[in-house]
Amino acid sequence: MTLLQINNLQTFFRTPQGVAKAVDGVSLQVDEGEVLGIVGESGCGKSVLALSILRLLAMPPAFFGGGEIRFQGKDLLTSSPEEIRGIRGNCISMIFQEPMSALNPVFTVGNQIMEVFRVHRSMGRADALENAVEMLNKVGVPAPERRIREYPYQLSGGMRQRVMIAMALACRPALLLADEPTTALDVSIQAQILELMAALKAELNTAILLITHDLGVVAEVTRRVAVMYTGRIMEEAPTIDLFDTPLHPYTRGLLTSIPRADASFEIDSLTEIKGVVPSVAALPPGCHFEPRCPEAIDICRARAPALEEARPGHRVACWRAAHA
Amino acid sequence: MPELLAVRNLVKHFPVRRGFLGRRAAVVHAVDDVSFSLGENETLGLVGESGCGKTTTGFSILRLIEPTSGEVWFQGENILALAPERMRHLRRHMQIVFQDPFGSLNPRLTVERVIEEPLLNHEDLSGAERRARVEEALVMVGLSPEHMTRFPHEFSGGQRQRVCVARALVLRPRLVIGDEPVSALDVSVRAQVLNLMVKLQRRLNLSYLFISHDLAVIRYVSHRVGVMYLGQIVELAGAKALYAKPLHPYTWALLSAVPLPDPRRARKRIILEGDVPSPMNPPAGCRFHPRCTEVMPICREQAPLTRVVENNHLVRCHLYNDAEVWNSDLPAPLTRAGSNSTKGGNA
Repeated sequence: MTLLQINNLQTFFRTPQGVAKAVDGVSLQVDEGEVLGIVGESGCGKSVLALSILRLLAMPPAFFGGGEIRFQGKDLLTSSPEEIRGIRGNCISMIFQEPMSALNPVFTVGNQIMEVFRVHRSMGRADALENAVEMLNKVGVPAPERRIREYPYQLSGGMRQRVMIAMALACRPALLLADEPTTALDVSIQAQILELMAALKAELNTAILLITHDLGVVAEVTRRVAVMYTGRIMEEAPTIDLFDTPLHPYTRGLLTSIPRADASFEIDSLTEIKGVVPSVAALPPGCHFEPRCPEAIDICRARAPALEEARPGHRVACWRAAHA
Repeated sequence: MPELLAVRNLVKHFPVRRGFLGRRAAVVHAVDDVSFSLGENETLGLVGESGCGKTTTGFSILRLIEPTSGEVWFQGENILALAPERMRHLRRHMQIVFQDPFGSLNPRLTVERVIEEPLLNHEDLSGAERRARVEEALVMVGLSPEHMTRFPHEFSGGQRQRVCVARALVLRPRLVIGDEPVSALDVSVRAQVLNLMVKLQRRLNLSYLFISHDLAVIRYVSHRVGVMYLGQIVELAGAKALYAKPLHPYTWALLSAVPLPDPRRARKRIILEGDVPSPMNPPAGCRFHPRCTEVMPICREQAPLTRVVENNHLVRCHLYNDAEVWNSDLPAPLTRAGSNSTKGGNA
């Protein structure tokens, strides 16, 4: 069953230099209970995409140029602020990269988790407290009755991220938007959090939109993945297909430019992707990747390729790959 | 391979002062008895999680912070005993590249001014000579002389890090300490900077102390690797041996925790329980014992000594108490990973 359907979403920003197209015609689908990865480098629009879904962008300068975001059939872009507030933290919730800045430093963690129950479930203090302790227990915070009275600064980074997850999952949302949830954490703590997310997903059947720059994390936790570059999806495929047979030159470049820690994988030299990501204010007219692409041909400079199905379930936006 | 740098029993404790009179309330054991050496033209990687003391180790070697005790031998001199004037003179041979290329470049100086500053401090050159050296450094890192008049904000992160590398290399140093030099960079740009550093090492005969939390990056650039935990090196070996046959339970866990870009590989993962304990109050006995999967009674009581297990593979763990104790007063074993003397390709 389709849970979230994004059609041709355009999220733009008005800037002194003109309109910056942060998300430029993205179409995506997330099924119930599915884990979809969005991978890309800084500035590719992956975070703006997530913030668009929850309508968390300041408008202006942001505005929607077009498209729709259907969640359980309802278009979020045309919903009223009240309707969105009923969905946020309830049916769709979000966890952020930096748990320290995402938690309010002047309230105890208990207070912040309880707020979710009080707002969305209209619970009284005692019930909310009981549920908050249960949530902390579920996300593996030791001694939850004591921790619940503590402030964010008293917790380690890993514990803070667990608190964020407890808040996000308190109302058993149908969809969790996770924006670089483990990027600020050490590897051993990252492993704990990824394990926890997988366990909770299995228990609650929450669909997850996982935004990350880390191809290792994508490989371990997602079933399907979309690669974004300068506001557009370049390639989308089942995770195994994407790693086995990447079709877009950008995806291939990413996969061969990362060093690996596993001893069985020998590498002499990393392949570089030439140049830098173009600024959103000065994008090339055709395919956005064309100036850095080792395989570019004339048509790439002239017109942007559409995202087309090249193999079953495997879509790619590349003139050469789609018609190879 | 001759030894360029030798660190012996390095210790750095930070006092924590509290209250109005600044009473000494506690001590942070940031670095506790760290010893290693670095050969000419070699890269030693120091890897560990936040708070393990890897950056403090790097800063102590340059005396950017003064270590509490220990010795740092550089080209035959114990630099911790040097007078400030002599130390200043030696610093030209030891340079550093920081993590954040945004914070480490003065936004009000042009690239030319940024790169020529070390020359003004350490060399007596005419304006034209200086300019030539700045140009040379820029070209070396893949930028062009026309970039000289630009300001840092006009560059992308990767280009800024190239400017930082140029600034570090303009004095033609022997040792470059890289403190997470690619961690702030995007994947596609990271490979460019890593390849550049490997290429320059070969061309200029540099030695690198490469500090990072990223096990994959460390593996790519390093000949030898030291794994740090709570202020100590718990394992030190050639890169090949360390990744293929790690000995310390902490290294096992770290390596198994790194997500691999390979969706077909289902791995058994060792999940470490809990957080890294506070270096203010490190656990008694082995510092890793509260999280260790192999913990034995002795681990709670006695701190393990560093031992040499086959082929100069050093490990600080009671599992290897049959092996010989490593004497850090002796010259440290200097062996490279395998027989190949260079890292990375792109020759």
